[in-house]
Amino acid sequence: MVEPDESDVVRLPRGVRLREDKARGGWVLLAPERVFQLDAIAVQVLTRVDGRRDIAAIVDDLAQAFDAPRERISVDVRAMLSDLIAKNVLEMA
Amino acid sequence: MSAARETFEAQQPPPLGMLAELTHRCPLQCPYCSNPVELTRKRDELDTESWQRVFREAADLGVLQVHLSGGEPAARADLEALVAGCAESGLYSNLITAGVNISRPRLDALADAGLDHVQLSVQGATAEVNDRIANLPGAFEKKRAFAREVVDAGLPLTLNSVIHRANLHQIPDLVELALELGAHRLEIAHAQYYGWALENRGALMPPRDQVMRALDEVEAARERLKGKLVIDAVVPDYYARLPKPCMNGWGRQSLNVSPSGKVLPCHAAETIPGLEFWSVRDRALGDIWQHSPAFNAFRGTAWMPDACQSCERREIDWGGCRCQALMLTGDARQMDPVCERSPYHDEIQTLAIVDSQRDDDFTYRRFSRLQV
Ligand code: SF4
Ligand code: SF4
Repeated sequence: MVEPDESDVVRLPRGVRLREDKARGGWVLLAPERVFQLDAIAVQVLTRVDGRRDIAAIVDDLAQAFDAPRERISVDVRAMLSDLIAKNVLEMA
Repeated sequence: MSAARETFEAQQPPPLGMLAELTHRCPLQCPYCSNPVELTRKRDELDTESWQRVFREAADLGVLQVHLSGGEPAARADLEALVAGCAESGLYSNLITAGVNISRPRLDALADAGLDHVQLSVQGATAEVNDRIANLPGAFEKKRAFAREVVDAGLPLTLNSVIHRANLHQIPDLVELALELGAHRLEIAHAQYYGWALENRGALMPPRDQVMRALDEVEAARERLKGKLVIDAVVPDYYARLPKPCMNGWGRQSLNVSPSGKVLPCHAAETIPGLEFWSVRDRALGDIWQHSPAFNAFRGTAWMPDACQSCERREIDWGGCRCQALMLTGDARQMDPVCERSPYHDEIQTLAIVDSQRDDDFTYRRFSRLQV
């Protein structure tokens, strides 16, 4: 399993799209033949993934926005991103 | 309509996916084709504006993904406009194609129009097998070239192969082919016996031991290629003990629009007599999803036979496939006869064994000669 570092940059691969799901509420990741319903935390992280900012910048931003310990956020965010990479819906830029 | 019925209908959660069967025209003639034996002709197809309206209505209704299918969707001259229609409505578009009639410039135009994903069918892993099943010489080489162009254009590619007695031995080769062509995903789907496949059951049904070996081969490849290639399998159900959760439940997650605009709960639903299908020519898609008699006929569990109603799997497999129940028992309200609790279960297994030993020729998929 790929564990991204804070210096890594991730992005959604072609064929994977993030969008709001107005009919059911919440946000989803659309991938070939798959729909992933995202929890509130995943939405906060993925809406910050733009293929340019590194993970450190995303963690900084989240730590500030939610006034939460940075270390903890870094661990959670990297675990989540690594899970999405394993599912082929996220890649290293 | 009773008040209870209205409440029931009012609560339909929105569909996630839509299969848009844009046309029945196709340069191939696969004997396993799931299209109805009576194919719709070009003059009866929905026009561009109607499809674009359907896509808008689908998006409003809550559909997230649209599978552009057929026949061969690229037989439609307006495919680019239809893909653009999906993109404008925010729909994720998946093109399901045989890949023999899309030029590079056209592929690029589709990508520019916002196409999200390509699913390419192969009928076999070698030219010999592929072209015999498709009944189109040269098809295999065209498919390979097309796959390379898809990858080169930066679009994600799924390779799909429907398997049966004539190509079941090629699973390891299909896996190699998917890797060689740069597919992200391989779908290995055992033929489902309705439409043309039903006509051809005696030529397609594989023997049990081959099916079991194929399942092991798929499992081994999946394990070996984790993280490299996603392998999805549609299991063969005649030899199974429990039915498949057909469509994840009738009218629960998806709908199907036929080339002429009829809205179906699944693509074989028209084989069930007595169901009333509504058309997008007459009504809005949301109205059809909520109120069409065909969609409400087998929604939920109330229609089920007693054995299913008291079974703990009733909301897992939803009683299996209605079309299969009809074909094999003569009654669409029966539980799927693949279920070991069905009184027809043994009969089905025997039928599969008998068909697997027959030596029938293919009846290739064609428009009927009578009505031109
Ligand atoms: S299964 Fe074969 S004949 Fe049927 S639509 Fe697909 S490519 Fe054409
Ligand atoms: S009895 Fe009905 S619900 Fe139970 S497994 Fe069989 S088909 Fe499914």
